[in-house]
Amino acid sequence: MASGEGGGAGEYISHHLKNHTTELVDGSGFWTINTDSVFYTILTAVVFLWFFRRVAKKATAGVPNKTQNFIEMIIGFIDTQVKDIFHGNSKIVAPLALSIFAWVFLMNFMDLIPVDLLPWLGTFVGIHYMKVVPSTDLNITFGMSFGVMLIVFYYSFTVKKPFVLGYLKEFATHPFESPNLLVQSILAIPNIFLNIVETIAKPVSLGLRLFGNMYAGELIFILIAVLTLNYGWSDAFSFTGASMGFVQFLLALAWALFHILIITLQAYIFMMLSVVYLNMSHETHDSH
Amino acid sequence: MNINATLIIQALVFFVVIVITMKYIWPQILGAMEEREKKIADGLAAGDRAEKELNQAKAKVETLIVEAKEQASHIKDQATQMATKIKDQAKSDALAEKERQINAAKAEIEQEANRAKEALRQQVSALAIAGTEQLISKEVDAKKHADLLDDLIKEI
Repeated sequence: MASGEGGGAGEYISHHLKNHTTELVDGSGFWTINTDSVFYTILTAVVFLWFFRRVAKKATAGVPNKTQNFIEMIIGFIDTQVKDIFHGNSKIVAPLALSIFAWVFLMNFMDLIPVDLLPWLGTFVGIHYMKVVPSTDLNITFGMSFGVMLIVFYYSFTVKKPFVLGYLKEFATHPFESPNLLVQSILAIPNIFLNIVETIAKPVSLGLRLFGNMYAGELIFILIAVLTLNYGWSDAFSFTGASMGFVQFLLALAWALFHILIITLQAYIFMMLSVVYLNMSHETHDSH
Repeated sequence: MNINATLIIQALVFFVVIVITMKYIWPQILGAMEEREKKIADGLAAGDRAEKELNQAKAKVETLIVEAKEQASHIKDQATQMATKIKDQAKSDALAEKERQINAAKAEIEQEANRAKEALRQQVSALAIAGTEQLISKEVDAKKHADLLDDLIKEI
């Protein structure tokens, strides 16, 4: 598992956490693309769409084959979850939930591929460092959480009548409300403040949660890989080399098994919170 | 760990993925699932209906069998009755026939006997005449007569 490159553990770790970037505008900080993240995110999206589309095309109401069964299990699961949480009437929420769950799962799944395998293969095509897990890139998780929030805003603006104003009214009158107009106008100050915090906190926490979990998981895989960093193939038959290799194998195995749970759970949480936020955007508080 | 344009690209890809899922994946698979659900529900309903019909048919068959059994025993009784009747009839017919035949035989026997008597009587008379002729042509000897009479008597 040890990479053949020399250098210390610190260099190895930072090497693995560095994105492969392409600057769109020279010297500009923002107009840069993390090529590796974009590549793997699109790769996983294509894998997801291809796999599901393949089944959707041949979907039969008759006896399903094993693949269709599997896909139907996922879709049935998500459909129930969404119906439990989301009470509005929207055609986009359930497919959105499926997209998030399956795609985030696949992105997280990249974590279970041995940390050095893909970067090592990359060296053959002249790429010397890359991050293979898109969800350990803050840009990717924020891209998705901000995307979700954009949809939430769209529904907040259109569902809460009148257009936009209904949302802004709710912004000023919730969570504290009073029948007295004067008290209500005073309460608008904490209301607006709280709602601003909440509106910012939603996408940031959504993105950060996924990022944090995946980043930490990836980091632990890297740290486990560091164990045998200074050993080469020749050490495989020495006592220390073999035992360190064995320890590394056990640790990586244990962490990978545990990580299967984490990647699924994080994909599930991301999906559920998105659906919850979307449900909030469809709710009107007239009943208060 | 900088925030950069990757975020925008990811958001765009995210929307594309959602749209593709919404248009080309979700409706087809969920549609198939719902159609199958409906099919299964229909099938179960049809099964229930068929079971009900079967039970009805079974009940009907039962009553039919009972009816048929009744009818059969009725027919059997009738047949037995008729057989007895026929048997009795035949018996009485046979008895009558026997009586008739016996009577006919008796009448014939009687006739035959009468005829024989008649013939005997003629023969006796003929003998008597012959005897008398002999008696008349010869002297009457008591002893000889006695012999003759004995012969006569014997012949009769």
